[in-house]
Amino acid sequence: MTTAISPGKTRSPLSERLDLIISPIFAAGLAILGFAVWTYSDLDKITIAILSPDKIQRQIGETLILGLTSSILVVLIAVPVGILVTRKGYPRLKSALVNTLGLGQALPAYGLIVIFFSFMGSGIVTVILALATFSLLPVLRNTIVGLEQVDKSVIDAARGMGLTARQILLKIELPLSVEVILGGIRTAVVINIGFSALAFLVGGGGLGETINSGLKLDRGPAILIGAVMVAIMALLFDFLSALAQKYLKPKGL
Amino acid sequence: MSNVLIRLENVSKSYGAGSEPAVRNLTLEVMRGEVLVLVGPSGCGKSTTLRLINRLIEPTSGRMFIDGEDVTEANPSELRRKIGYVIQQVGLFPHRTIAENIATVPQLLGWSKEKISARVDELLELVSMDPETYRDRYPKELSGGQAQRIGVARALAADPDVLLMDEPFGAIDPITRDRLQNEFLRLQQEVKKTIVFVTHDIDEAIKMGNRIAILREGSEIAQLDTPEAILAHPADEFVESFLGSGAILKGLTLKKVSDIDLHQVPTLTSPVLREEALKALQESPDQVALLLDGVGRPLRWIDERALNRTSQPIEKSGRPVTVDLQPEDTLQDALTVMLQSSVGMACVTDRKGKYLGCTTIESLAKLIMSDG
Repeated sequence: MTTAISPGKTRSPLSERLDLIISPIFAAGLAILGFAVWTYSDLDKITIAILSPDKIQRQIGETLILGLTSSILVVLIAVPVGILVTRKGYPRLKSALVNTLGLGQALPAYGLIVIFFSFMGSGIVTVILALATFSLLPVLRNTIVGLEQVDKSVIDAARGMGLTARQILLKIELPLSVEVILGGIRTAVVINIGFSALAFLVGGGGLGETINSGLKLDRGPAILIGAVMVAIMALLFDFLSALAQKYLKPKGL
Repeated sequence: MSNVLIRLENVSKSYGAGSEPAVRNLTLEVMRGEVLVLVGPSGCGKSTTLRLINRLIEPTSGRMFIDGEDVTEANPSELRRKIGYVIQQVGLFPHRTIAENIATVPQLLGWSKEKISARVDELLELVSMDPETYRDRYPKELSGGQAQRIGVARALAADPDVLLMDEPFGAIDPITRDRLQNEFLRLQQEVKKTIVFVTHDIDEAIKMGNRIAILREGSEIAQLDTPEAILAHPADEFVESFLGSGAILKGLTLKKVSDIDLHQVPTLTSPVLREEALKALQESPDQVALLLDGVGRPLRWIDERALNRTSQPIEKSGRPVTVDLQPEDTLQDALTVMLQSSVGMACVTDRKGKYLGCTTIESLAKLIMSDG
C-alpha cells in the first residue's frame, strides 16, 4: 500500500545537498580564476578596452535577456504542449513529437543559429528563436515524463471522488510532477545561457562578443575572462533552478 | 422510499467490436443499507461492474438508477461526489496531509472551513486514528493498514449513501486485513451505508457480505444470495468449485464468538495461595483453572501438574494466555486460537480485557451440528 506513493526519482539527502552546492563551488572557483587573471596578467590597453565595464555590463544584460527570454518562451510552449499530448487521445501525436524534437537536438546549436539567420536575418529575435528551438526538448520531455510518472491509482481515486479533469491536472498532476518539469526547465536555462555566447555571430550581442574580440585580437586574458563570465552565469542559473526545484516541490513527497 | 438503492438494468460494456464484452447484459439491484459483495475469478468483470456504477467506465448500453433516479446521463463528476470510492491501492494524494486528503470531497462541495475540520476529526476518530497525531501527517508516513483507514475515511467524508470498494483490503498483510475487516464491520453497523464490495477472495466475501453475487465471465451472475444460502445450496458446479472445499469451515466466519454458549472454568484471582489453587483444580471438571489478575484479565492456565512440578509462585507456573478473543470475533478466529492453545480452549474477554468465559471445541462442534 505504501507503494502508492508516486514512483518518482527518490534522491538521497546527500546527493540533494550536493545538488545545491556543486554549482556555487564551481562558480566560485571560476570567479577566483577570472579575478586572478585580471589582477596578475599584464593587461595591455586593447585588453582593457575589450573588458571595459560599460561593454561587459551591456553584454551581461544581453546574455540575461537572451537566456531568460528564450527560456520563458520554451516554458510557454513546451509545458502546455506536454500537457496536451499526455491527455487521453494523443498517444500518436506524442511519439511523433518526441521523435521530431530528438532530431532537432541532434543539430548543433551553431548550425541552428545559422539556419535561423538565413531565414530571418540578424538580430536578437533570431537568436532567441534558435535557442528556444534548441532547448525545447528537455522541457517537453520532462513535462511528459513528469506527468506520466504520477501514480495512476492516485488519479483513479481523484476521478472516483469527483474531481474534474481540469481539477485533476491543476491540483494533482502538476503538483506531483513539478519537480521533474523544473528539472527540464533547469537544463533549458543552462543551455540557453551557455549558447547565448554564440549570439554575436548573428548580431545578437552577449558575452560572446568579448570572447570573439579576444580571439580576433589575440588577447588570451580577454578570451578567458569572457568565457569564465558565461560559465558563471550558467552556473548561477543552475543554482537558482535547483533552489526552485527544492522549494517548489510540494511537501510530503 | 424504495428498498432498492442502486439498480443496473441490462447494462453491457464492450471494448470495441470483436472482443468479448467485459459486462454482458447485467441486471443487478443493491438494497439500501446492505453490503453486496461481487466476487469472482479475475477477469470476470467485477471491477468493471463496480466502476460502471460511478461511471468511471461508461456503459455501452443499459441504464443505471440510484435512488430511483436515472443517472445514466448525469454529470459524472457530480455523481461521483455523492458516491464514496475506495480502491486497493488507496490512492491517497501524496502531496496533501491526511486532513487535506479526507477533506477532498467536502472541499469540492464547498463546505465551510469549520465544518470540514470538525468532520475530519470526527472521521479520524471513526477509523480509530488519533486526530491530534495524524491530522497533519503526510501519506508516506503511514503503514498500509493506516493508509487504507484514511482511504475509507476519505470516502465517507461527505457522508455519501453509497460506498464502492474495489478490493480495499487486497494488498494488506493477512493479520492487519483481518483486523481491518472486523473494524469495517463494526463501522458499517454505525454508518449503515449501501456498499458494493469487490473481492476475489471468497472467504472475505462470506465474512463481509449481507449478500454475495458470484460472478463468472462477462460479469454474469452465477448466484446471488446470502452467504449462508450460498454455502448451503450452491446453485451449480461453478459456484461449488469457486467456494472450494470446506464450506462448513468457511461458514465459521459467519458466526461470532457471542453466538456460542461460553464455558466457565474455575478462576483464581491473583494473588492466590497454593492450597486455594489445588482445591479449585480438584473441583474442576476440566482439570484446569484460569488465573486472573486484579482487574479480572486472564493471565495463565494452571493445572495440577504445573503446580506440583515447581515451587515457583503460582503467578509463574502453568502456561501464559497469549491471545484472547472478543465476542465480535468470528468462530474461525476462535477455532484458530483454540487449536493453538495448550488446553484446547480460548478465553473470551470484553473490550477492556476482562474475562467472560471460554470457548471449547465441543461447544463449537455443538453449534455446527445444530445448524446442519
